[in-house]
Amino acid sequence: MELIIIILSGILIGASVYLILSKSVLRIIIGTSTLAHGVHLMLLTMGELKRGNVPVLDAEVSSYADPLPQALMLTAIVISFALTAFLLAVAIKTYRELGTDNVEEMKGVPHDD
Amino acid sequence: MTLIHLAILLPVAAAIAIGVLYRYYRKINIGWLALPVPLLIAIYLATLIPAVSGGEVIHETMPFMPRIGMNFDIYIDGLSLLFAILISGIGALVTLYSIGYLSQKEKLGSFYIYLLIFMTAMLGVVLIDNVLMLYLFWELTSISSFLLIAFWHKNDRSLYGAQKSMLITMFGGFLMLGGFIILYLITGTFSIRGMIEALPLIQENQLAPLAIVLILFGAFTKSAQFPFHIWLPDAMEAPTPVSAYLHSATMVKAGIYLVARFTPIFAFNSLWIWLILIVGLFTMTWAAFNSIKQNDLKAMLALSTVSQLGLIMSLLGLGALSVSTGADEQLFTAAIVAAVFHVFNHATFKGALFMVTGIVDHETGTRNMKKLGGLLTIMPISVTMTLITALSMAGIPPFNGFLSKELFLEAMISIGNAEFGGLSSMSFIVPALAIIGSIFTFIYSIRLIYDVFFGKRTYHLPKAPREGSAIMLVSPAILTFLVLVFGFFPNLLSGTIIDPAVMGIMDSSTSPETSISHWHGFDSPALWATVSIVIIGTLLFISRDRWMFIYNYHKERFTLDFAYDQLLLYSRFGSQKLTDNLMNGSIRSYLLYIFGTFVIFGCLSVISAGMSIDFNNLSPVSIGEIIMVLITIVTLAVILITKSRMVSIIMLGAVGFAVSMLFVFFRAPDLALAQLAIETIITALFLVCFFYLPRHSRHEERIRFKLTNFLVSLGVGVLTIFIGLAAYSERLFESISQFHIENVYDLTAGGNMVNVILVDFRGFDTLFETLVFGIAGIGIFTLMKLNLNRRGNKDEEHTEESRV
Repeated sequence: MELIIIILSGILIGASVYLILSKSVLRIIIGTSTLAHGVHLMLLTMGELKRGNVPVLDAEVSSYADPLPQALMLTAIVISFALTAFLLAVAIKTYRELGTDNVEEMKGVPHDD
Repeated sequence: MTLIHLAILLPVAAAIAIGVLYRYYRKINIGWLALPVPLLIAIYLATLIPAVSGGEVIHETMPFMPRIGMNFDIYIDGLSLLFAILISGIGALVTLYSIGYLSQKEKLGSFYIYLLIFMTAMLGVVLIDNVLMLYLFWELTSISSFLLIAFWHKNDRSLYGAQKSMLITMFGGFLMLGGFIILYLITGTFSIRGMIEALPLIQENQLAPLAIVLILFGAFTKSAQFPFHIWLPDAMEAPTPVSAYLHSATMVKAGIYLVARFTPIFAFNSLWIWLILIVGLFTMTWAAFNSIKQNDLKAMLALSTVSQLGLIMSLLGLGALSVSTGADEQLFTAAIVAAVFHVFNHATFKGALFMVTGIVDHETGTRNMKKLGGLLTIMPISVTMTLITALSMAGIPPFNGFLSKELFLEAMISIGNAEFGGLSSMSFIVPALAIIGSIFTFIYSIRLIYDVFFGKRTYHLPKAPREGSAIMLVSPAILTFLVLVFGFFPNLLSGTIIDPAVMGIMDSSTSPETSISHWHGFDSPALWATVSIVIIGTLLFISRDRWMFIYNYHKERFTLDFAYDQLLLYSRFGSQKLTDNLMNGSIRSYLLYIFGTFVIFGCLSVISAGMSIDFNNLSPVSIGEIIMVLITIVTLAVILITKSRMVSIIMLGAVGFAVSMLFVFFRAPDLALAQLAIETIITALFLVCFFYLPRHSRHEERIRFKLTNFLVSLGVGVLTIFIGLAAYSERLFESISQFHIENVYDLTAGGNMVNVILVDFRGFDTLFETLVFGIAGIGIFTLMKLNLNRRGNKDEEHTEESRV
């Protein structure tokens, strides 16, 4: 299973990089979201999958799944959400100010000199 | 921390004090406060003379950064002491002179601060044994020199000169550091003493020639040797006291000092010897030749300084030549004695000449020799001083310049007599260059005297000329007096200063017992050389109008200055172009650099380190998981392909839900819950923003553009898979998870391990995560409220967003 998940997260990350490199702001934001998914899956896999029980203390259970990657990821999921929301706000603002959502066009727009 | 350490640091401390005082006391000339500093140091150093001339050396260590071997180690022998006394002695005279030279209106505070910093730096260079510290102080001299040249910073020429001197000397200094590091690699020590002790190691090592070349770069750039001499004439834009101090008496002699200091280490190598000898002699002749045509007094003196430095350099080369071939012990000693003696003499007569030039400039308003003339009766004291010092420079008896010049000629002529292997047929070039250079020196010295003070009186000067003020005359008068004293009684110096310094350069413990005499008898070749120099020089000077035209053939475009300017110009264009191409303002390019570097270095490390993949420890696969994986891949493909934004947003939601399902399978219920909640909100958010974003969100992309992106993302994806597999198979460290699992109840009295880690074990992480979240919220809120173009918008949606 780990092998499959590692490959899946590689695919997710590769596809996200492709999205991030594109011209459209919306696709870039989608790319950052999927990138987060890829990284999360990778992190979780590093702690070995499906070994033992859910990491909640139980007198009858002796083996638990690794809780540490899960804790780290919980933080990461929330942060990635904050990032996505912020990027969306930036996207809306830039579109309103510059009239484009194409990053290639943005750099040529009103310069000071 | 000894008195010597304090002596080195005293000027910097005084500089700080002056910086503070200058803000409050503007009425008195701040120079009077700076004057005692070099004076005190000079007196202190003079008290060391008896001990050092008795053959004693002072070695004080003080740890500064011991871990990297950078120690504040003092080593004082005759050589260091000679330079240190010159630095502090001339420093005192120059400070006194500058009090008269600079008016109260100038920024005297900055001037004296820079000057005092320079003093510390220069004392550090000559007194310190540790090459890293030496390098530190070496660069500090470059920096203070830069500041002093640019003292009149409203003048473009000053800035140009300052930049030029800094670029050239720092270029050399940096290479020198490389040389020091090579020596460290060979010997394992940063101490010069230690290197001399480890001499056999250096002699055997193949890297030694490289170290020699690098260190000579430092010495030649600092001492303005050909082809790096071009910075010195431009440095003359500095106030004259600075020129007298830094650019003739002390800083430019740092290179001489370095060569002398490293002579015991490198004398075995013929590369060292010939480079120094030939570059020195050529510099001497070339600069003297060019000096004749100058009309600016200071430019003439600058080139003259270059020429004299070349002379000293060549003498050091000759000394090293004899020691390596073991040819003629006498010749070797004579050359080193001449070098040391000339270092001292040059400081006296050139310092005085610069100061007199400053007086002429100060009192007449110009230093153009075409405009000056016939000042004999108006400035009698200055004339006397110029006469004495310039004749000393020309090598006319009975002044001190004559004595060292004669030693120089003698050493250079006798090179033909010595056995130097196969080069003996070429050895006539050395004395020939020496004599030709001396003839040019004679001509420009005479021209300096004649054109300024004799000849026809000119009346169209910017200022009505008069004799300089007493305070300005004192310093050159003292130096001129020294020229006379050491001219008549040279043996005052030989036992006290010269012998210890020669011992320092030779690294020997026996005194050479120098005795300098004026008369060597009629059979001395140096005598006839001097006579012929005077005769030919006089003839050439009288007939100068007939041959000066040859300078016109020296075209502007073939000068080194032109080459330097072009180099600077093109490097500026080049770097501008490079920067414009690399930093083109497009985020995509930067991302490409980042991902590209990641792929390249990742592949390199995979190739170099190799990797082993271990598939033994895998968990079983269930059908539900496979379905979720397939859903993720398919939705991802749809996102990549689709043109509709609506579809891509919904598919993004689908990816998120599939991943949360995977979390459920992987025994991570907390994650699955959080992911589900957040995925819902994100999809909603996207849909809200949908309304505000343009309808066609996909842009036309050319095939090449797509192909680059595809290749880069493919590389990143594949590399990630490799890294993941490698990291999974090879566990270098034991996991710390077990600690959390075992102690979850004992330490925190909690049951849900993930939650306990978040709020207890790693509580601060979570706190800061909240902070990040808050900052994002504030960011979104301000972005929405921000009204760049003052176009009103008060949509409810945005406030809602910031609340989310």
